[in-house]
Amino acid sequence: MSQVNRLDGGLIDRSETYSFRFDSTYHKGHKGDTLASALLANGVRLMGRSFKYHRPRGPMTAGSEEPNAIVELREGARKEPNTRATTAELYDGLRAASQNRWPSLAFDAMEINDLLSNFFAAGFYYKTFMWPAAFWEKVYEPIIRRAAGLGSLSSQDDPDDYDKGFLHCDLLIIGGGPAGLAAALTAGESGARVILCDEDFLIGGRLNFETYDVGGQSGAAWAAETVARLQTMPNVRVMPRTTVIGAFDHGIYGAVERVSDHLPVPQEGKPRQILWRITSTRAILCAGATERPIVFENNDRPGIMQASAIRAYANRWAVTPAQQVAIFTNNDDGHRTASDLVSKGVEVVSVIDTRQDALISTDYDVIAGGVIDQTWGRLGLKQIEVKMPKGGIRRIKCGALGVSGGWNPNVHLTCHQRGRPVWDEALSAFVPGGALPPGMTVAGAANGVFSTHGALNSGAETAKAALSDLGMTSKAPTLPDAEDTPVRITPFWHVKSAKRAWVDQQNDVTAKDIKLAHQENFRSVEHLKRYTTLGMATDQGKTSNVAGLAIMAEVAGKAIPEVGTTMFRPPYAPTAMGVFAGRAWGKDVRPTRLTPSHKWAEEQGAVFTESGLWLRAQWYPKAGETHWRESCDREVLQTRKSVGVCDVTSLGKIDVQGADAATFLNLVYCNGMAKIPVGKVRYGLMLREDGFVMDDGTAARLAEDHFVVTTTTANAVGVYRHMEFVRQCLCPDMDVQLISTTEAWAQFAVAGPNSRALLRKIVDPGVDLSNDAFPFMACAEVTICGGLRARLFRISFSGELAYEIAVPTRYGDALIRRLMTAGEEFDVVPYGLEALNVMRIEKGHVTANELNGTTTALNLGMGRMVSKTKDSIGSVLSERPGMNEEDALKLVGLKPVDLSNNVPAGAHLLTKGAKVTATNDQGYVTSACYSPNLGHHIALGFLKSGDSRIGEVIRLVSPLTGVDHEVEVVSAHFLDPEGERLRA
Amino acid sequence: MIINHPILGPRDSSEFVYLGDATLLKRPDWQAEDAAEQFYDYLHTRDNPAGLHRELWYHEQGDRSWLVVTRDTVTHEITKVELARDVARTGGSA
Repeated sequence: MSQVNRLDGGLIDRSETYSFRFDSTYHKGHKGDTLASALLANGVRLMGRSFKYHRPRGPMTAGSEEPNAIVELREGARKEPNTRATTAELYDGLRAASQNRWPSLAFDAMEINDLLSNFFAAGFYYKTFMWPAAFWEKVYEPIIRRAAGLGSLSSQDDPDDYDKGFLHCDLLIIGGGPAGLAAALTAGESGARVILCDEDFLIGGRLNFETYDVGGQSGAAWAAETVARLQTMPNVRVMPRTTVIGAFDHGIYGAVERVSDHLPVPQEGKPRQILWRITSTRAILCAGATERPIVFENNDRPGIMQASAIRAYANRWAVTPAQQVAIFTNNDDGHRTASDLVSKGVEVVSVIDTRQDALISTDYDVIAGGVIDQTWGRLGLKQIEVKMPKGGIRRIKCGALGVSGGWNPNVHLTCHQRGRPVWDEALSAFVPGGALPPGMTVAGAANGVFSTHGALNSGAETAKAALSDLGMTSKAPTLPDAEDTPVRITPFWHVKSAKRAWVDQQNDVTAKDIKLAHQENFRSVEHLKRYTTLGMATDQGKTSNVAGLAIMAEVAGKAIPEVGTTMFRPPYAPTAMGVFAGRAWGKDVRPTRLTPSHKWAEEQGAVFTESGLWLRAQWYPKAGETHWRESCDREVLQTRKSVGVCDVTSLGKIDVQGADAATFLNLVYCNGMAKIPVGKVRYGLMLREDGFVMDDGTAARLAEDHFVVTTTTANAVGVYRHMEFVRQCLCPDMDVQLISTTEAWAQFAVAGPNSRALLRKIVDPGVDLSNDAFPFMACAEVTICGGLRARLFRISFSGELAYEIAVPTRYGDALIRRLMTAGEEFDVVPYGLEALNVMRIEKGHVTANELNGTTTALNLGMGRMVSKTKDSIGSVLSERPGMNEEDALKLVGLKPVDLSNNVPAGAHLLTKGAKVTATNDQGYVTSACYSPNLGHHIALGFLKSGDSRIGEVIRLVSPLTGVDHEVEVVSAHFLDPEGERLRA
Repeated sequence: MIINHPILGPRDSSEFVYLGDATLLKRPDWQAEDAAEQFYDYLHTRDNPAGLHRELWYHEQGDRSWLVVTRDTVTHEITKVELARDVARTGGSA
């Protein structure tokens, strides 16, 4: 049997037939179908299982507000869980699977939860799984997660692209129903830049679902004609399949365009979805309204739907969920579904209207003042029981029941900032209120104007007002004639005798749960929401919130406006995570920065590591070396023996110029900087204003009014920002200018006893490199390689006789090659970050491991560097007593008593014999390595009163790695403590 | 959010880095008798108004100006944007 429930007419293209599969069954549908409409056409009502009780469920709606028909769409890496069958556009070959059921949709073993429903009432998590506490993580949570699940992830990388884009306009129109189209026409003809977004693939809103004439033609035809006209206007951008998901500050709206979700795979070069950031001076919300349910016994069976959804399926998709349909309504609009179905040839078995003064029709049977007492049909509706107005029960066979409890304006986006919807007594609904997002106005059904005529007029008038705000004149377009039916409703929220009546179908919240919450004193709407989870599913309670509030108001004996309403947050509709990431994932999550010697290092087979955004060579393996330590040890030994070269470009470089440059640096660094002679470099320590160490580096004075300062790689951005803060905000009148030159200069460390000899072959002959002419801590602007300008600094991180040489970045690759060739006679080695680290630990120099944001100059053994005779950032607060206690942590060296042991970073230090407790903690290890020069492991660390404990044997403990042995406290300067090498 | 940069015109807030209360412009005198107290207040005590707030933003992905932005913390409306340098020259007050 194929498409047994397909009717005549509709807006589908019958010339295109698509084959698709739901679970294991193949079906046929047409172009223009959604997955839900095609399944209903094939007689399938059961599409999912509920979240908690695993109740069989079918679609309740025909749109993005759907709580039940939630499926896994597509297969393999493209599988997307938790998508709504009611908005998934059908294509040939579509694959979808039901979720949250086992082993099959029709027979779900977890349906036992439904029989245990008393156990799962509101707050069951809090009451049931209390004891023993240890069971929560290992036993209860996995069970609950498995039972109360949604779809499953593919666990593979998404093969498709997601993009981000920016758009600007004068007027954004959200929703393309009658109000939105009238607004777009008005604004489009005025010449304003207009964007019209609609979440549907067929723009027109309810015009595509209804049978009323608009200006002598069908509403759908008028919508199509209007859209075509708008598309010819160069100042109007019409965006179907685009959901505006949020209203943000200063006229910025987020919108998701589903570019390729209606295709088996995206076209070459096209993304699956685009996240648009739309900046708009004015916006008109024309988001329409959503029909709400009435709550009654077993109101969640497949086949029980919004009356307006049944009408939508019949009129737009030429589908009925069943051949016999009943209607349950409290207002006139429910009758519209009945008459539309009758004219489509569907049998309307009865209209049960809660009102005594219900409309009477000759086309169908009406039970005025009746209510639904019970329903039957485990996997799909078979029969309803009606409590008759004069007593007694009437049983009516039907396969579908349309429920109409009135309409709620879609106020969601008005709440994204400070809007607070207000109760409209005549409509029995919340309408937009409070402070709307600046620049936003609301038209049509979203503003409580429900008739087609009203919506058209409201759209045009609202657009005129918005344009007039923008200083543009417009004339209202000639609007077509349309129906202007008044709203007639007598509120009726729920059948009080019901025992299991669903309010929020996506989160399985019943009327009883709401009463229970009230009984247990969760009386604010916000508490009710969180305790019962009402409205907290992915549909944000679009169909359930107001009914829930009404029931709560009734239980509390209050009016609905007194109870209030909860807020809506972005996103308006569930949104795939991929679109928020866009292209920023994997290695593209941030840029990768390459050093000037990167290409050369790659040629040498270097192993790289990330250092902030930079990729830096970690070590350079030689043929035959199988372990990184072999390479690292060789690089260290050879550098200390002869000469080694390391790319240090990634360290931050800041050029400081101006008459007040020295005075400025004196404020930024805690030690004296003002009196550095021209041609000299000084080590500088920078504090935060709270007195803790921020960063360290060197300041080289190239001229009276010109310094180059360096920062650590990690803090290059932050230190520059801080220095600009000091310059602009604290010393606005100083003559000083800053520029970051990190990228402008390629810089190499040349270290080792032969470094001078090597540089003599590079630096031009006129430069005297002798120890007298260019001593330790000298700097100069020189020329190299026959005229290339360069900067030379005699500074040493390794502790050896060493230099750093900088050239304009574009010469960096040439310089590393020249250094290596010139150094052949000295067996020069390139060394990576590992060797650099070993050498600085051997020398007792600190890095980010020690400058970790919690340490002071005193901790580092540099307390005396903080000048007390001048103002500098952090100097006042560095004197706070808590930071200067007698037993403050001090930087020390550590060496294992048993030299075969290692000293892992992160391990803690205790007095020998002390128990391993937090109160006995005496400090910790910050940096550790194997020293090939000493032949054993060494480390740096902070120890209480460490400077006065040299020679003491203490206990080193790392419970995490099982380390527990003795180490000796030694000077942090393991090698050449007198500094003879670097002054050689 | 859009910040109307006094030199560059309207710019997206994603180009900026936020620091905090613009009272940071009024750094105390390090030689004052109660310098420690003053610095403690300067660094740690802040008003938390529901309403107008003057705060420092840094145009890091732009011209590297520090700005004093006057923003309503309730509505996020920005009513004034000044170069911090100009504000600092007048002693850090509005």
